[in-house]
Amino acid sequence: MKFIQDFLHKVRPNFEKGGKYEKFFYIYEAHETLFFTPADTTKSQGGVQVRDAIDLKRMMMTVILAMVPCLLFGIWNVGHQHFLATGEGGAFLDKIIFGAWYVLPVVVVSYATGLTIEFTFATIRRHEVNEGFLVTGMLIPLIMPPNIPLWQVALATAFAVILAKEVFGGTGMNILNVAMTARAFLYFAYPTDISGEVWTVLDGVATVEGYSGATALAIAASTQAGSVGDAFTSNWNADMFSYSSLFIGTVPGSIGETSTLACLIGAAILIFSGIGSARIILTVFFGAYLMGLIFNLAGANPFMDMPAHYHWVMGGLAFGAVFMATDPVSGTHTDTGKWIYGLLIGMLTVLIRVFNPAYPEGIMLAVLLMNVFAPLIDYYVVQSNKKRRLSRATV
Amino acid sequence: MSKSIKLKKGFNINLAGKAALQTSTEIVPDTYALKPTDFAGMIRPKVIVKEGDNVKAGTPILFDKKAEGIMYSSPVSGEVVEIKRGEKRKLLEVKILADKQIEYESYNSYSISDIENLDVETAKKQMLNSGVWPNIIQRPYAIVANPEDTPKSIFISGFDSHPLAPDYAYLFKDQDKYFQAGVEILKKFTKGLIHVNLDGNAEVPSIFSQAKDIQINKFFGKHPAGNVGVQIHHIDPINTGEIVWTLNPFGVIQIGKLFLEGKYDSSKLVAIAGSEIKEPKYYSVYGGASLEKIINSQLKQNHVRVISGNVLTGVSVGKKGYLGFYDHMVTIIPEGDQQRFVLTDGWFSITKKRLSFHRAFGLLSFLNNGKEEYVLDTNMNGQKRAFVMTGAFEKVVPMDILPTHLLKAIMAEDFDEMEALGIYEVAEEDLALCEYIDVSKHDVQSIVRKGINLMREG
Repeated sequence: MKFIQDFLHKVRPNFEKGGKYEKFFYIYEAHETLFFTPADTTKSQGGVQVRDAIDLKRMMMTVILAMVPCLLFGIWNVGHQHFLATGEGGAFLDKIIFGAWYVLPVVVVSYATGLTIEFTFATIRRHEVNEGFLVTGMLIPLIMPPNIPLWQVALATAFAVILAKEVFGGTGMNILNVAMTARAFLYFAYPTDISGEVWTVLDGVATVEGYSGATALAIAASTQAGSVGDAFTSNWNADMFSYSSLFIGTVPGSIGETSTLACLIGAAILIFSGIGSARIILTVFFGAYLMGLIFNLAGANPFMDMPAHYHWVMGGLAFGAVFMATDPVSGTHTDTGKWIYGLLIGMLTVLIRVFNPAYPEGIMLAVLLMNVFAPLIDYYVVQSNKKRRLSRATV
Repeated sequence: MSKSIKLKKGFNINLAGKAALQTSTEIVPDTYALKPTDFAGMIRPKVIVKEGDNVKAGTPILFDKKAEGIMYSSPVSGEVVEIKRGEKRKLLEVKILADKQIEYESYNSYSISDIENLDVETAKKQMLNSGVWPNIIQRPYAIVANPEDTPKSIFISGFDSHPLAPDYAYLFKDQDKYFQAGVEILKKFTKGLIHVNLDGNAEVPSIFSQAKDIQINKFFGKHPAGNVGVQIHHIDPINTGEIVWTLNPFGVIQIGKLFLEGKYDSSKLVAIAGSEIKEPKYYSVYGGASLEKIINSQLKQNHVRVISGNVLTGVSVGKKGYLGFYDHMVTIIPEGDQQRFVLTDGWFSITKKRLSFHRAFGLLSFLNNGKEEYVLDTNMNGQKRAFVMTGAFEKVVPMDILPTHLLKAIMAEDFDEMEALGIYEVAEEDLALCEYIDVSKHDVQSIVRKGINLMREG
């Protein structure tokens, strides 16, 4: 610890005003504050004399920890799906190693691209490096298919960080969720690499007979007759899409989104720590269920007839509800607004799933759409607060 | 009708070093200071004494050119030894070397029955000239009241919920008759009620339980339940164009004493508290007392911050500083100007010792029971960032006000928005907890004061 401090003190003058690398001060500073919280103290007057022990670094770290169950499960599941599809049968450790081989590079590329851009902007704009990307950099890999080409990860990350965040002024100023923008970019720019048979890494190995890489959502959307449940059981692997498998997440899908269980562990961490909004998470689930019930009443096709609680465990709904909808910057800011915002995301997700066969997964577009409407929802909540104050005066 | 109000929102900062209920009279400070900076709304202070002048306790020594008529008086008798000015000749302190025996400027004294018959103009004149008027703070703006106004009601908070706050029952013991006389005087200024708001969970101090002509309300809840701004919001909220006056019980007592005994008496008890004090207890002093002699022998170590007031709203005055006009406590805590290593006590450390409102990774103070006492230092515990977290400020402001939106309206200097979102109802102290808990380390109280000043000018 002491030697790190000594080293930092030794090199610091190079980055300070008049130093050789003066331009890169904020990059130096980002690293120094990573190791040492600065010695800055509170103002002598006009403010509080003591401050809470929390800072943005710790807050972001909490979110990353909440994502760890999804990441670890995702790594195992990538291996698991591979060995299922090829019928080779692999031990637990084999699956982990196989999965890590595919997942970790995606994580590394996402962080490397994003942080390079963050550092560049901090240097040009002469401001401190914000911790926001530490979370975004982990979110992006978790919503990518395991087969995604790495150059696409880099391109999508760069696109999202620059066009969804930096052009608006950086962390805290963005309108759209950055990670969802990255995925939406790939979805529209390279649709063939992010839909269809991309959810299972085959690695050139021959598959078992009758194999299909379709996800639960794809099967549900393409069921013409009978029930979705029957379509699930007549899959090449009859147990693949049972409710418990879908809940635990042993199904093909994006790296981190398949396990509802892992997402719920993350939700528990976020809600308990007070960092994720319980209002949003609960209402997304509720909204999806409600919309599912409404479709049950209509019942025009097998997907509409599917029991509403299946929507909870299919696709990325849980991941989106817990980690995407709760983004405090792009979501609604008022407590009342959060109820409405979450509810609409949930309802829209199911609406898009059922009605729009072109986009089997609705959560991505639902979150982005509601990001755009969040300020409007807040506007009406704030107006009602103002009205209460005005009406008080006339009583 | 007396109201009982339960507040769910808020946060108690339980610091180590609460003052024991005993008073020391051994140490008598020599010098006293009147500081124009203690008065938030003071624009152009003008001194009317010179260095070397002799003054009595209650002799006017300065006033605000923008609010002529309201006199600020010397707390003690003695010699004006220094008129300290800062940059651009800004008046900072008027220092007075006290006599051994305090002499008082004499004002008219009245019997209790005379006080009842006294007309409001005579009473006002005596209050303005003697120096007791600045005890009256008006809302909106939280500045010294304008004598021309008629408030719709008067509010007195009967308890202080700030960290390490002094016990009002102890502070104002045996002052019942002065308090009552003060209430009778104040009654003349308003057609509305005089509200005294008490801590619902504590015993009612006798000074309030015996008093007549007041409306007692009870508040239950964490800090800022004791803040008068929060209390007004729940009992008789301020609408555009309305004015409410607020006083600390000490101000009421001082006014009562002025009329009963004809003197300006600034003597008060002050709690000297905080983790860096050997024996935290109360001291009997005059207003504006020099703290040097009192704290010198009491410090556990030398690298400390001496705060006149509490840790949320107080001012760092230094070891040779003076007690603030409105303060009844001094808090002494360690300075926090050291770097913190990430794993041992920085942003990735796991600890129960560092207090946090949040329950983020590693901050386990929520596992302690509510009685745990904390030693907090002055470190920022992080760097300033853009607003990211939402929904946190709302948990510590027990009012129907949207703090984040109000702050943003102030930063945008949007006057209509500020008014509509309730700037008239808040003072810095009411949002001080937002500043404490802020993940992004904004200067919330400065922003609030900026907004208030904008509204005053606008």
